[in-house]
Amino acid sequence: MSEQLVFTRPEVLADVATHYCPGCQHGVVHRIVAECLEEFGLVEKTIAVSSIGCSVFLYNYILVDTVEAPHGRAPAVATGVKRARKDAFVFAYQGDGDLASIGMAEIMHAANRGERISVIFVNNTVYGMTGGQMAPTTMVGQKTTTCPGGRCLEREGGPIHMSEIIATLGGVAYCARTAVNTIKNIAQTKRAIRRAFETQINGEGFGFVEVLATCPTNWRMSSVAANERVGKEMIPEFPLGVFKDAAKEE
Amino acid sequence: MSRIVIDEQRCKGCLLCVEACPKSIIVASSRFNAKGYKVAELPEASMEKCTGCASCAQMCPDVAITVWRTAKSKAKEND
Repeated sequence: MSEQLVFTRPEVLADVATHYCPGCQHGVVHRIVAECLEEFGLVEKTIAVSSIGCSVFLYNYILVDTVEAPHGRAPAVATGVKRARKDAFVFAYQGDGDLASIGMAEIMHAANRGERISVIFVNNTVYGMTGGQMAPTTMVGQKTTTCPGGRCLEREGGPIHMSEIIATLGGVAYCARTAVNTIKNIAQTKRAIRRAFETQINGEGFGFVEVLATCPTNWRMSSVAANERVGKEMIPEFPLGVFKDAAKEE
Repeated sequence: MSRIVIDEQRCKGCLLCVEACPKSIIVASSRFNAKGYKVAELPEASMEKCTGCASCAQMCPDVAITVWRTAKSKAKEND
């Protein structure tokens, strides 16, 4: 009987323990990004732009050249990198506190200009690194340290749906929302990230993938309960799907 | 026999692999690793039920699981 290795760590993903909490799905998204970089043969020409938040140490985990952007400014930094180095493959990796709050202007304009970059947006509905404050994506009724009674629709408004907004902008070639709570959704996430990377490789325009993920620590849940919450509460609020794919519309 | 190897020093004991396993053969052990996490394990006795589907490995946020799949031998298929 021959034995075949069917799953192992991608080489570009550093063989180190991450600083992420148990059950945090940044690790899954990192792995998928690393796999896509390897499959497209992009490792040597990639320049990543990492954000502020839990994903700040991206450069310790994905072994490609990385620029650390100021809070929220990853799409602006990526714009500069891509324009100066047109041959490079440039992606930004941001969380929801980074992208949808302080970085709202940068992501909007980078998308609208149709910069040839890819943005991976990990949405866990809370500020993770700073201790669980309310983010723009926090769900109505969700308790955080800055809305201990639960987010109130009348007082703080509802969660911002980034994928739907980004999809309406002219320069966007691909925009999708996926999750990593089940095996099926993980496969979907990989397809979406592959497609977003392809749009950049083909020079089609801006690629955006929103990935719904957990934050067991700040949701004050076990990893398994947090993973269930994604399916039960987050996906009904943030529907999964491809919101724009320029290649298919032509 | 397909098999998995869990890197116990990388495991953070989140147990998402336990939920993901379609054969429900991965369990929480009573062992702690150097970081103090109670690790997941696949008891040697259950290993033969492993199909090598890699669901656990795909779900693992710490990429701590390596999976080998054994192709069914032709002799076995003919039985």
